[in-house]
Amino acid sequence: MQALYAQLLVGLINGSFYALLSLGLAVIFGMLNIINFAHGAVYMMGAFCAYFLLNVAGVGYWPALIVAPIAVGIFGMILERTMLQWLSGLDHLYGLLLTFGIALIVQGVFQNYFGSSGLPYAIPDELRGGMNLGFMFLPIYRGWVVVFSLVVCIATWYLIERTRLGANLRAATENPTLVRAFGINVPRMITLTYGLGVGLAALAGVLSAPINQVRPLMGADLIIVVFAVVVIGGMGSIMGSIITGFALGVIEGLTKYFYPEASNTVVFVLMVLVLLVKPTGLTGRAA
Amino acid sequence: MKHRISAVLLGTALALGASGAALAQDKTIKIGVLTDNSGLYSDIGGAGSTLAAQMAVEDSGLAAKGWKIDIVSADHQNKPDIGTNTARQWIDVDKVDIFMDVLNSGVALAVSNLVKEKNVIMINTGAASSDLTNTKCSPNTIHWVYDTYMLANSTGQALVKAGGDTWYFLTADYAFGHALERDTAAVVVKSGGKVLGTVRHPLNSSDFSSFLLQAQASKAKIIGMANAGGDTTNTIKQASEFGIVAGGQKLAGLLLFINDVHSLGLKVAQGLNFTETFYWDLNDGTRAFSKRFSERMKNKAMPSMIQAGVYSGLIHYFKTVEAMGGNPHDGIKVVEKMKSMPTDDPLFGKGTIRADGRKIHPAYLFEVKKPAESKGPWDYYKLIGTTPGEQAFRPLSESECPLVKK
Repeated sequence: MQALYAQLLVGLINGSFYALLSLGLAVIFGMLNIINFAHGAVYMMGAFCAYFLLNVAGVGYWPALIVAPIAVGIFGMILERTMLQWLSGLDHLYGLLLTFGIALIVQGVFQNYFGSSGLPYAIPDELRGGMNLGFMFLPIYRGWVVVFSLVVCIATWYLIERTRLGANLRAATENPTLVRAFGINVPRMITLTYGLGVGLAALAGVLSAPINQVRPLMGADLIIVVFAVVVIGGMGSIMGSIITGFALGVIEGLTKYFYPEASNTVVFVLMVLVLLVKPTGLTGRAA
Repeated sequence: MKHRISAVLLGTALALGASGAALAQDKTIKIGVLTDNSGLYSDIGGAGSTLAAQMAVEDSGLAAKGWKIDIVSADHQNKPDIGTNTARQWIDVDKVDIFMDVLNSGVALAVSNLVKEKNVIMINTGAASSDLTNTKCSPNTIHWVYDTYMLANSTGQALVKAGGDTWYFLTADYAFGHALERDTAAVVVKSGGKVLGTVRHPLNSSDFSSFLLQAQASKAKIIGMANAGGDTTNTIKQASEFGIVAGGQKLAGLLLFINDVHSLGLKVAQGLNFTETFYWDLNDGTRAFSKRFSERMKNKAMPSMIQAGVYSGLIHYFKTVEAMGGNPHDGIKVVEKMKSMPTDDPLFGKGTIRADGRKIHPAYLFEVKKPAESKGPWDYYKLIGTTPGEQAFRPLSESECPLVKK
């Protein structure tokens, strides 16, 4: 029974990565209508950015939590301005193919320079060690990841669903012409949104750097699962992706306990089941 | 009459010409380096294996003696179907004579069948499964560097002797992991230890915390990692995070490469025990080769034992075909000749190739240095023990290989 609680907690920790990543994807899909396959690549770039900040510029973990997402976010905005914006109004498929291509190029370049085994990134001294919870040993860093991601997820949800800026954004995706008539610069808002989504992925990358090796393929391994999370939660639904992210982390953790061989596929089995019963996802609305 | 004489003369000349061509030895060789160029094993094989092959060709000096040697390289993406398709095309279209590296046991076992069917050669330096020279041995395959039996025998025995008598396995769920777990478990039980349990994880996982928690809950003294590459490094990193070693359990890296240690950093990797058959800083011969190798590598990495094996295997192959004088296209014939000649090169020292295709050389038990003990980049290992070749690998008396006469 103790082991079960431990698995639940570990699942929740993984879920926080899924939530952060799928949240960014959902924001980008909801606002730009782009299926951002480059999400895994920018997640990886976030981790590498933290590594470079530490080893080249001597900037530690805490500043990296802010600097890396901004730097990668700017990269994302340049991407949006130079490439993605030409696809607005076209079928989703074009965005998917373009971002998939970008992801392959970025990963290829990193792999060419840094190999596949990855680079070390240590846990910051303040978050070293762990607590004995009785049923498991909880590394403090993992606890921090859950709390921090929850805060970021809720803040993003609040920004989009409850503020004026978010309202403008949602209006702009519904009817760009009308919103532009009110004097709001819609293309700039779209660019900033893409930057925000990409920045969230980079933030997840920085968070994961001390746990996983900083590897060029770290995002590629994760991206398919994260897509499944978004699909299950309902494409573009902010709250859906947050809740599903955490929930799937837990379900995956339990699978690893009861039948580890299926842990890579359980998410997709769930996705198929959900799509069969409710094609728009758990919290998605019909288009 | 005159016509008839000239026709006879012409016929004779043609016949002579033809037999002359047959007498001239064919001195062309095509080497195929089939490896993982982009995935989780690309640092331990990959471009480094191709470089090692190039260096072997240059050092053999065969080009100056009129041989024409070409190297091709391809990525099998760790998928047996892609590996065999590439191999088939290489043999049928590109006329490849010898396969090198072929890491990933799944791919290696598949390609081994094909190599036998088409009578070419595989010198496997990358895959670990001991089945390659046991139940699935082949007259066309030589297993060069290491195998799961040897790793289990060396590391497993040493750890049980040191008091690690209860084990829990964390196993990569494919041919290699299963073989390594099976061979190690056998050694543990034989040495008086006990296996408390096993958890099998999918290849290329990123999160091992659930599996590590299960291993922790088992209370086994040793957690044996029957995985490799990125899977192993992430396991070690996360085990240190969950306080597994601090809690009194010991991690056993059953297969660890120098590139893994490099990527982990000494801070995390220090104290790990494991077995390799090659380390760049062993002696003058290994140092000289490794420095030349590292200068030509893009990231200045020292060679892994897989890459060193590509060089060593090819050097022996070149000696053999040179001794044969040419016509290196009959795989079985060349492999038989290779088995009949003793091996000797600066990287693995003196050795032999047994009837089952197993290359024999010493195995070294290493411990990873503490950060303070390391004098610079890539200075990572302390030599703890050496097992002579005859004791390191599966004895022929236990072999199930049909090629071994009993």
